[in-house]
Amino acid sequence: MAKVIVVTSGKGGVGKTTTSASFATGLALRGKRTAVIDFDVGLRNLDLIMGCERRVVYDFVNVLNGEARLKQALIKDKNCDNLFILPASQTRDKEALTQEGVERILNELKETFDYIVCDSPAGIEKGALMALYFADEAIIVTNPEISSVRDSDRILGILSAKSHRAVNDAEPIKEHLVITRFSPTRAEMGEMLSVVDVTELLSIPLLGVIPESETVLSSSNAGIPVINDKDSSGGQAYVDVVSRFLGEEVPMRFLDVEKKGLLKRIFG
Amino acid sequence: MSLLNYFKRKSLQSASVSASVAKDRLQIILAREHGNRNEPDYLPKLKQELLAVVSKYVNVDISAISVTRDRDGDCEILELNITLPEPEVTK
Repeated sequence: MAKVIVVTSGKGGVGKTTTSASFATGLALRGKRTAVIDFDVGLRNLDLIMGCERRVVYDFVNVLNGEARLKQALIKDKNCDNLFILPASQTRDKEALTQEGVERILNELKETFDYIVCDSPAGIEKGALMALYFADEAIIVTNPEISSVRDSDRILGILSAKSHRAVNDAEPIKEHLVITRFSPTRAEMGEMLSVVDVTELLSIPLLGVIPESETVLSSSNAGIPVINDKDSSGGQAYVDVVSRFLGEEVPMRFLDVEKKGLLKRIFG
Repeated sequence: MSLLNYFKRKSLQSASVSASVAKDRLQIILAREHGNRNEPDYLPKLKQELLAVVSKYVNVDISAISVTRDRDGDCEILELNITLPEPEVTK
């Protein structure tokens, strides 16, 4: 049975799209047929992070409006055979995102894919609500920072009250916490909320911690999701996230200050 | 940043741990927001209708009626509190 996973956060700029791109790529690399949908109508960016911006012909809204078939709009990933991207439209036609339309497209995707990853826009407006409405599982992306934690908590409230599962008294959405931009050094100094703090405050199971890593930006620059960079801590952390999501027991990494990292920091 | 600076900064930091301040503030605000989150939509209307019934017999103002919903463990409590006016004002 295909699963719909929403990647959401409430707050903007915390790493939803980066996480969606790497998580979807990771699932595909593990042999799962995966589709990733950009729900940020009007501000599409997933195509840039995935490096397929020049191959966008039709988009999500075109399919919703019946101007293109789903197969025409899906873009096959350049590195992964099992991965397809459905880009958002650049027009501000948010009204096109109707519950019926989104449900129809998700059902059609469910016929061919194992996992459908929904990259939510920031905020709690229509795009964000539509991205989470039909979710079976949710990845909450949170920075160890006060406003991000509060907004994540707000989104958790919406997941448990306004999603399709909540409205229909079905089994609740399975929630996973992914902490991004974590700096072990700053957390150890007491400048940054620790992983334990954030996990306790939000009280949902921790799926992974992505350390602050320079390669995340360079991967975005290149349009290759950071999970492809096996040498970087960011890439390895996303590999772990995918493994844990698939039920494997993988110990948490990158939580403590590494001596190597420290020496590197001092001597450049 | 030199090695010396690093340790200097580290010792300074132990005096002011801003992360624990952040945690305390978040704990308080999240608890409050969770309270609001569980507040059912019918409370304001319930209050209005109660006022209509009570004011048939006693002259009370809406501010004299408080309806709150609380949770005590597994038990949900709907608390209704009506402050009656001074005896000489009663009809």
